Amino acid sequence: MELSMNQRERTVPTSRWLPWHAIVVFAFLYLPIVTLIVYSFNGSGVGGFPPRDLTLNWYRQLFADDAIWTSVLNSLLVAFAAMAISLAFGIPAALALDRANFPGKALFRRLVLLPLILPGIITGLSLLMLFQAGNVKLSLLTIVLGHGTALISVATTEVFAGLQKLDRTQEEASLDLGANYWQTFWRVTLPNLRLSIIGAALLIFTLSMDEIAVSFFLIGRDNTLPLEIWGRLRRGITPEINAISTIIFIFSLAAIVTWYRLRAKAEPELIL
Amino acid sequence: MFSRAYRAAITVPPLVWVAVFLLLPYALLFCYSFWSVSSSQEIVHSWTLDNYRQLLRVNVYWQTLLRSMWIAARVTIFSLLLGYPLAYYLSFCAGKRKDLLYQLVIIPLWVSYLVRAYAWKTILGSDGVLNTLLQYVHLTSHPLDFLLYSPFAVVLTLTHIYTPFTFLPIYAALEHIPRNLVEASHDLGASPFQTFWRVIFPLSIPGVLAGATFAFVLSLGDFLAPLLLGGPSGIMISNIVVSLFGAAYNWPLGAAISFCMLALVLALLSLSESLEKKWSFR
Repeated sequence: MELSMNQRERTVPTSRWLPWHAIVVFAFLYLPIVTLIVYSFNGSGVGGFPPRDLTLNWYRQLFADDAIWTSVLNSLLVAFAAMAISLAFGIPAALALDRANFPGKALFRRLVLLPLILPGIITGLSLLMLFQAGNVKLSLLTIVLGHGTALISVATTEVFAGLQKLDRTQEEASLDLGANYWQTFWRVTLPNLRLSIIGAALLIFTLSMDEIAVSFFLIGRDNTLPLEIWGRLRRGITPEINAISTIIFIFSLAAIVTWYRLRAKAEPELIL
Repeated sequence: MFSRAYRAAITVPPLVWVAVFLLLPYALLFCYSFWSVSSSQEIVHSWTLDNYRQLLRVNVYWQTLLRSMWIAARVTIFSLLLGYPLAYYLSFCAGKRKDLLYQLVIIPLWVSYLVRAYAWKTILGSDGVLNTLLQYVHLTSHPLDFLLYSPFAVVLTLTHIYTPFTFLPIYAALEHIPRNLVEASHDLGASPFQTFWRVIFPLSIPGVLAGATFAFVLSLGDFLAPLLLGGPSGIMISNIVVSLFGAAYNWPLGAAISFCMLALVLALLSLSESLEKKWSFR
């Protein structure tokens, strides 16, 4: 075993520059993130090397900043609502693409997936025109509709991938044993898809929390967090933004770790 | 195996939703691009090709579109140059550290796009981290002011954002290459160089195409990085659209530009799809 591994390693074309290249790319990817975090503790503000006067002042200021926390709350609200919409329509859409034939299926597939690859500005503008035509006042609700619709693409791709791996015989067995379609759906199909659904939900949640191009056009009076940050950036740089970004980064890291733990626990039983 | 009611239940709701909230808005965008604005700032609903004529006639529009495409092309090339060797290293040479390194590529995606663009601004600015560092070590005596507010800053930031996105499909393609093909190539006497260019690289082309399309299309339509870091010389086509929908108040012209972008994107997608099909061996 050991020998064959070594042999395999030797047959692969490689270069001693590859590890160095990898180090350079990682440095490039992490430089802004490290800078962001370091300068959230920098007493004399953002910029200026070396960082000096370590302080928690920016965090203190952040916690007293009601506008930011309102926008965080708005963002959470939007993300959960968008998640509900995308899953409610994305799961059936994936099922339909997997197991139903209907006229316009190819067009439907393209249309559902389009917001994933289309620059957000086009989806945002188009929806703005729709709401304008329907006399819908812009508010958090329009942002929810925008995110929910754009992110159906994510729910559909994730769940569709899950369906491809699904063992169809379980559903057949359930139907043969006298369960009707709905019982089969709730008791067999959905539980088998739960990892794809949780994965999709997490992805939708983070994408919505970070979304700005679509929200940019659909915003009413209440800001989401990215738009609040955007508004402040236009006025100038403040380390408060570093502080809030650092906190959110740490939360996201915790979420990824939890997700992988969850999947590592669930995967063995999936294999069985 | 599924009843008609079941099929209707999974088909009708998403179809209706997508028709109302995606198909209808895109159709509306198309319609708007043939309308116009009256002098009293009202939308005139009569059909005209004036907006498209204006796009061809006014230099600023198509020049900005070309510049945006050039910026997007540079972003794509740099993302591939950074992403491909990294994906190759992880897939073929990283051994046990593969999963950890993979996670390390993904993690930056969890930091907000806007925040990463902002972080580059704090690095590149004239009293930013890089300039003060250079002066601190006495490499320069004045801040270098070409770093920020230039197409360079936009390309750098967008490359940073889209490198992980190009990495992912390339890595997936490399992971799918059966390793015994590589061994066979070696056993049949091919040099490592030949094995790479004649076996591995052709098999990874679908991944390269997917990654390149993603980077090009998304950076082409970006308007936040140029606003934040581009300065006057880094303006991109979407910035013009934003101003037409805001202060300049000419929705129809903005819709025409957006629709050209949409058409360009769809053309690129179908091109890359057909190329991917041509190059996929499975």
